[in-house]
Amino acid sequence: MQTFDLAAEGLRTLNSTLHAQAEQTNQTAWDVINPRGSHAIAVGLDAPIEVHVKGSTGYYCAGMNKQATVHVHGSAGPGVAENMMSGTVIVEGDASQYAGATGRGGTLVIKGNASSRCGISMKGIDIIVHGNIGHMSAFMAQSGNLVVCGDAGDALGDSLYEARLFVRGSVKSLGADCIEKEMRPEHLEILANLLERGGCDARPEEFKRYGSARELYNFKPDNAY
Amino acid sequence: MCGIVGLFLKDKALEPQLGGLLTDMLITMTDRGPDSAGIAIYGEATSGRSKFTVQSDAADTVFETLAEQLSSEIGAPVGLRRKDTHAVLDFPEGKADDLRDALARVAPDVRVMSTGESIEIYKEVGLPKDVAARFDISSMSGSHGIGHTRMATESAVTTMGAHPFNTGADQCLVHNGSLSNHNSLRRKLLREGVRIETQNDTEVGAAYLTWKMREGASLGEALESSLKDLDGFFTFVVGTEDGFGVVRDPIACKPAVMAETDQYVAFGSEYRALVNLPGIEDARVWEPEPATVYFWKH
Repeated sequence: MQTFDLAAEGLRTLNSTLHAQAEQTNQTAWDVINPRGSHAIAVGLDAPIEVHVKGSTGYYCAGMNKQATVHVHGSAGPGVAENMMSGTVIVEGDASQYAGATGRGGTLVIKGNASSRCGISMKGIDIIVHGNIGHMSAFMAQSGNLVVCGDAGDALGDSLYEARLFVRGSVKSLGADCIEKEMRPEHLEILANLLERGGCDARPEEFKRYGSARELYNFKPDNAY
Repeated sequence: MCGIVGLFLKDKALEPQLGGLLTDMLITMTDRGPDSAGIAIYGEATSGRSKFTVQSDAADTVFETLAEQLSSEIGAPVGLRRKDTHAVLDFPEGKADDLRDALARVAPDVRVMSTGESIEIYKEVGLPKDVAARFDISSMSGSHGIGHTRMATESAVTTMGAHPFNTGADQCLVHNGSLSNHNSLRRKLLREGVRIETQNDTEVGAAYLTWKMREGASLGEALESSLKDLDGFFTFVVGTEDGFGVVRDPIACKPAVMAETDQYVAFGSEYRALVNLPGIEDARVWEPEPATVYFWKH
């Protein structure tokens, strides 16, 4: 186990140290202490390492993550796991706006609530939220899965493409072209797997599925050039 | 971008530390707003007395004789306590209008930063740490206070463009964001006879609240209606004689974090601003909801 004191050694040293970990590193476990809400902690990692951030983080924690597991033992500021490619990011507390935005792969687990624009423009990431999510979540989401064990705010899934949205609680309102869809056996199976990966105490049958009605301009063949 | 910090003390034992805690929070928000900074502190009110915080670019000469001139103009004793470019004038309550008229006559270049019984506002152009040091904010005690670090987008970097803005006796406003309908609203408010002195968008927001309250709204009602009448992005923090409030526009893209313990309620644009507060590890920390008015009172 390596321990890195962010307050003493600084952000650039932290990130360059973590970037230097290659595929075959034997320094696979890192504790980052004194994060004190700093920005851009553990950004751009690309090695199968496990980083535990012991406290709350500011903007863009674990952005662009590949392979690594980043575990925030606190709450995360705006843009956590933005554009994640693969790996896992776990937030023990709440996540601020646009968590997992534009993510292309990997798993983001938020054990508290996520605020507005969670999963905006997601492109393949799986996001599992134990609590509630705020307004405009999954706006223009293209693929991947968003699981919400609590409630969703206004305009869920506005202008959605092919991402799947699963919500257990209430949805304040659906965005343009987002509709409730039938939960078929294959969806229950996908959801069961997601709930297990997220460590959620919930049954797939308790959820509703939402997706694109495919009625907006881009879905009309007549609009193609 | 801009940075906002606010601290509302529930525990009187922390009051001597208010200025110090707020200064630390303010300096942490420097990279959100290095252009200028300001702070409003609510300290002890003196029974039967009111005060103005005023500012002058020629403080050395103007403040020398100002108290004497004002005393003879309003026919009542006026005290003056200078702090760098600012001075706190204190005078018998009920004389605020007379004092403002007298100021306009004897020292028209002196700007009024705040009016009320307990509020003092200090603001200047420069780095937050330098602004806080000029006014020795860290030695000030009080029950609550609000600070702002500015990165200007809508108007010039000047003393008068810095926040907080005084919206009425013992009331002030700070803003992170930008208002898009401030020009039309400014024209409307000027027609209503509301005082607006700069081209700044936030001053229009402050004047709007002043106008609403003049028309009979409570601060809470004025904030509620701001959600309908103000177009643009805003996280507002307002201070009053005995409390402070928070409201964010419905889109809520301007950040906000709050923390509450038995000792205080704190606001920061980012969690970083809160990390040195006592007992923050065990505080309830949350993000205020969009289009929701929050208020705490003593």
